[in-house]
Amino acid sequence: MNHAVIELDSVSKIYGKGEAEVRALDSVSISIDRGDFVAIIGASGSGKSTMMNIIGCLDGATAGTYHLDGIDTGTLDEFQLAQIRNRKIGFVFQNFNLIPRTRAVDNVSMPLAYAKVHRKERRERALEVLDSVGLASRADHKPSQLSGGQQQRVAIARALVTNPVLLLADEPTGALDTRSSHEILDLFESLHANGRTIVMITHEADVAARANRVVRFQDGHIIEDHRLRSVHGHPEATVVPA
Amino acid sequence: MMIAESVRFALTGVMANKMRSILTTLGILIGIASVIILLAVGAGTSNAIKAQIGKLGTNVLTVSRQTTAGGRAAGGGQSVTGPRSRGTNLTLQDMAALTDPVMAPDVAATAPVVTAQNVTGAYRDATHAVATFVGTTPSYFAISNDSLAAGSYFSDGDASSGSAIAVIGNTVAQDLVGSTPASAVGQTIALNGQNFVVSGVLAQKGSSGLNDPDDIVVIPYSAAQDKFTGYSPSLASISVQAQSADVMNQAQNEVQMILDARHNVTSANRDYQVRNQAQILTTATNTTATLTTLLGAVAGISLLVGGIGVMNIMLVTVTERTREIGIRKAIGASRGSIVSQFLIESLIISLIGGVLGIAAGYIGSAFPVLGTQPEVQWWTVWLSFLVSAAIGLVFGIYPANKAAKLRPIDALRYE
Repeated sequence: MNHAVIELDSVSKIYGKGEAEVRALDSVSISIDRGDFVAIIGASGSGKSTMMNIIGCLDGATAGTYHLDGIDTGTLDEFQLAQIRNRKIGFVFQNFNLIPRTRAVDNVSMPLAYAKVHRKERRERALEVLDSVGLASRADHKPSQLSGGQQQRVAIARALVTNPVLLLADEPTGALDTRSSHEILDLFESLHANGRTIVMITHEADVAARANRVVRFQDGHIIEDHRLRSVHGHPEATVVPA
Repeated sequence: MMIAESVRFALTGVMANKMRSILTTLGILIGIASVIILLAVGAGTSNAIKAQIGKLGTNVLTVSRQTTAGGRAAGGGQSVTGPRSRGTNLTLQDMAALTDPVMAPDVAATAPVVTAQNVTGAYRDATHAVATFVGTTPSYFAISNDSLAAGSYFSDGDASSGSAIAVIGNTVAQDLVGSTPASAVGQTIALNGQNFVVSGVLAQKGSSGLNDPDDIVVIPYSAAQDKFTGYSPSLASISVQAQSADVMNQAQNEVQMILDARHNVTSANRDYQVRNQAQILTTATNTTATLTTLLGAVAGISLLVGGIGVMNIMLVTVTERTREIGIRKAIGASRGSIVSQFLIESLIISLIGGVLGIAAGYIGSAFPVLGTQPEVQWWTVWLSFLVSAAIGLVFGIYPANKAAKLRPIDALRYE
């Protein structure tokens, strides 16, 4: 129970070969504890998106090991990785990525379908989670009938429905106006207050400021790892040099 | 449960682009319907021909003069052997020899056939060109499966004495006398100017399109020889009825043995030929089978085109929904669930097309084509159903696999 949710050990990701070789991640090691709220920041091309793909088990590392919730992801086959994404990780994307023409409740319950949960139970869970993000009344609406903020909240509900150990958000406020952004970040804060582990990728400093810990990437390296508050949100001001 | 889920996802996919799904379904529908209809036309034609030949009697051999007298048929270089000329005739004596119960135990009955061309019948103001004109004995009627609609046949005595009596077919009776067949009985009609009394009208056999078996006039053979062909001992042919359809080949051998001996010929230089109705039936059946195969092949090609249409649309669908595939994979869909979703989608399209095509095939086969009623073969229905399912699988597997193999990060990045 006490082990870290994310444990990266000298992880590298190299694209291309020879002259065209690009080291998107260069021997990165980081550990993220259960219940932490971490913001990963950096300019585009800094390696933060590659980091997100590896943490999310969407892409494999070229070198190094990655343990998610104690499981060595390097040893898993594709089917097992699909299960890991299904059970352990909840994704929230910049552009919501809801399935079009599909009602909010069906979008939210979809991960449960892939987890082979019974249909009736799926719907109950989906409605419950939709209620927790304040969208119970919109359950039967299709994505095109919802505002951006509402769509993102449906996406968050979908990410939470399997009760994953990690909520992974990629620029969750990138496509939203200021008011909706605040609502989403408030939602993240309350989820974190309830013990949820959140990793959020962003390039906006004020968004990153809502996290407990800020990790800055540049050219495939972590150049700054800054703790703003303790894991469970108590104010703290320690700068840990990389 | 996962299958039910895949079906639900697939249905959403099919419904998402209704027009496209309908058009793709139409391709399969047309293919399946044309297979069913064209094979039904083939079967209908085949059955009509079989029935037609069956009406003429399936256990009948026809012995006729070889019209190519001399050695022409034997080819160049072969010298003509034996006394062969047009003078070799089929005679009543030949016919009598064929009824020998010892030499030809499998022959049941025989009838002479004397024919004449361009015979015109007349009754009052009406005239009619007779298609088939036969001079024979009463046994002819039994051999050729005839029955009477009204009146009576002529007798054996009439046959040899050459009485001016005629039995006419329904078409001739209709054309000359009109109204009911019975009204023609007892009337005097003129055949090429010679008066004949109609003693009977034959029951209708029905037409198969090309020739009308009811357009016939039958008179005593001696009358035909006297008044139409000029007296000659030669017969045009001899109809031989075998004891049953099973002993046709034995009967044919016996007939050939007797006639070879009487005409002093061998199988190499026969001056007559024996036609076997069973052989004609086989030939006709083979011809229609070839026709049916060709029709089926053409229809099969249209079905193949329909199948390629399904594959094409599924590829478009996969490309269009790349992002959706990425999302599904990110939230935990395995390769298997993506494959089954898209495979079921293509199955739904092709099976709906198949079922509608079967319905369209049945409706289309209800209408006669060129006078033939198509007959839907039950096996083509099952075949079509299986083929449409196979099309869904075969043409769906490639696009479905393509979808499943997409890497989630590439799929998510796809715009």
